[in-house]
Amino acid sequence: MYTLSSKLKLTAIIFVIVGAIGLVIGFLQAPSDLDDVREMLAAEEHHAEPAESTMVEADFAKAEHDMLLEDEAATHGEKGAASHDDEHLEHTLHQLQNKPWAAVYVAAFFFFMISLGVLAFYAVQYAAQAGWSPVLFRVMEAITAYLVPGGIILFVLLVLSGMHVNHLFIWMDPEVVAEDAIIRNKSSYLNVPFFLIRAAIYLGGWFIFRHFLVRNSRRLDEASDNHYFKKNFKLAAGFLVFFIVSESMMSWDWIMSLDPHWFSTLFGWYVFASLFVSGITVIALISIYLKSRGYLPFVNNSHIHDLAKFMFGISIFWTYLWFSQFMLIWYSNIPEEVVYFISRIENYSLPFFGMVALNFIFPLLMLMNSDYKRVNWFVVLTGIVILVGHYLNVFVMIMPATVGESWFIGLPEISAVLLFAGLFIFVVFRALTKAPLLAKRNPFIKESEHFHY
Amino acid sequence: MASKVIHAIYNDDDVLLLAVKQVREARYHIGEIYTPFPVHGLDKAMGLAPTRLAITSFLYGVVGLVVSILMMNFIMIEDWPQDIGGKPSFSFLQNMPAFVPIMFELTVFFAAHLMVITFYMRSKLWPFKAAENPDVRTTDDKFLMEVDAADLNVDDLSDFLYKTGASEIKIIDNK
Repeated sequence: MYTLSSKLKLTAIIFVIVGAIGLVIGFLQAPSDLDDVREMLAAEEHHAEPAESTMVEADFAKAEHDMLLEDEAATHGEKGAASHDDEHLEHTLHQLQNKPWAAVYVAAFFFFMISLGVLAFYAVQYAAQAGWSPVLFRVMEAITAYLVPGGIILFVLLVLSGMHVNHLFIWMDPEVVAEDAIIRNKSSYLNVPFFLIRAAIYLGGWFIFRHFLVRNSRRLDEASDNHYFKKNFKLAAGFLVFFIVSESMMSWDWIMSLDPHWFSTLFGWYVFASLFVSGITVIALISIYLKSRGYLPFVNNSHIHDLAKFMFGISIFWTYLWFSQFMLIWYSNIPEEVVYFISRIENYSLPFFGMVALNFIFPLLMLMNSDYKRVNWFVVLTGIVILVGHYLNVFVMIMPATVGESWFIGLPEISAVLLFAGLFIFVVFRALTKAPLLAKRNPFIKESEHFHY
Repeated sequence: MASKVIHAIYNDDDVLLLAVKQVREARYHIGEIYTPFPVHGLDKAMGLAPTRLAITSFLYGVVGLVVSILMMNFIMIEDWPQDIGGKPSFSFLQNMPAFVPIMFELTVFFAAHLMVITFYMRSKLWPFKAAENPDVRTTDDKFLMEVDAADLNVDDLSDFLYKTGASEIKIIDNK
């Protein structure tokens, strides 16, 4: 049995407290009216250089952007130039007011998607009747324990959005919808009650599947036959069907609808690749940590090797989807589609291209060699880089629609990550203490213990 | 080729793997093993040096990537620039996303094909090459281990090999 060390517990609690304090300051610092914004912008102008360098990189997007600006100017033309300045300030005000909320949303989703990815991976192991992985089942089960608190927090955030406490989703704003024919046409799907009902269905479904999968796994420990294993096999297969549909819809609802005009048909897969690789990476990191503390003596470096192979493979899979989504839209250059990437390349070029280095080039080169996949510190280093990269991925998916060009990874963003990281560590490691670390009655446990590459 | 070798034939890959370990422990020298399919872990059991084929494959992939970049730069940018889909070919970098599929394919193409060719050359395999395996049954369902018996007592060695599970033993004397 694993016992939660007081040091780790303390670290988690400190993370939560520091993160919470930082977030409160972040919310207090958000401007409340136009005068605050004016002051902030004036203060910024002293040390803000115009971003020439990013413009060079985004040159090929410039022509389209100019066209859009003309469009915008045409629609706002009748209002006159004097009010334009105030309008811009108000725009910035909304962005800055959204900023701490968006920071919380990004971090909450990031840690939630880790546990969701692990649950999918866990179900795949059962459905495939994998022989190598049962020694890692208790680690996976513990990581999925975060699904419930993380999911409830996300749901609360979505309810708050629906109650107009924050303005992350512009389609929830009746004034915007009234003037926007495209959103109006989607309002039979994109409306607050149905949105929340759908969120409840996804979350409820995942919670229930998770509950029964873990319960059967615990009961299998004491069972005399493989009844619960067979049950879990069927349950896992059912879950995977439910998951791939609900996960796709979740990604449209919770992320893609932030840009309600834009759509991408492979968005569900794109988010899935991100959450899958993050989840597998966290399994590897926690297994290596537990092994270094003397738990999990039955996990050998072949298990780590296999996890690293998955990290490597799914990183490439993510890049494949990232590029497929980008290239088709970039090449076809249809204005209503390409704005998505223009806003990202012009205002987010560092995180947007940086994450490709972190999520693709780094793991590709670090984990290509077979021997490196079994060197723990290589896996840990690459894993941390992958997690940072996929945090940035979520950041770049959510921020452009919510805070636009006013983004910055500052106090609220870092605090939100700390807060949820602390909560995640606390929940996951406390869940580890609830059951023996070896799923001893699993029919594949012998094969898994003797697994060697 | 050693002047005197013993060919021991096994019926099962697990028996063979176990036998390899025993033979090596007894300090006999295994010349070669012929199997109908790749036996997992056999190279490690025989104590062969790890393959460097993966490194060559990586290098070939890099060559393929470089070739594709130079090729696309010459074809699409330098030699005959065109305006495709409103994207004039003024610089490689701006048109790069359109070249990525080609860069990827050529990387894979070079890595895969040159690796296979390297493997053939390293294994001394080429068209019209006469087969080297001493017993045709090793292409069907038998596993053959070739043990050097140059200065050894052949009877002791064959007894030992029988005990490791060999189903058939042949002494080959090339004088």
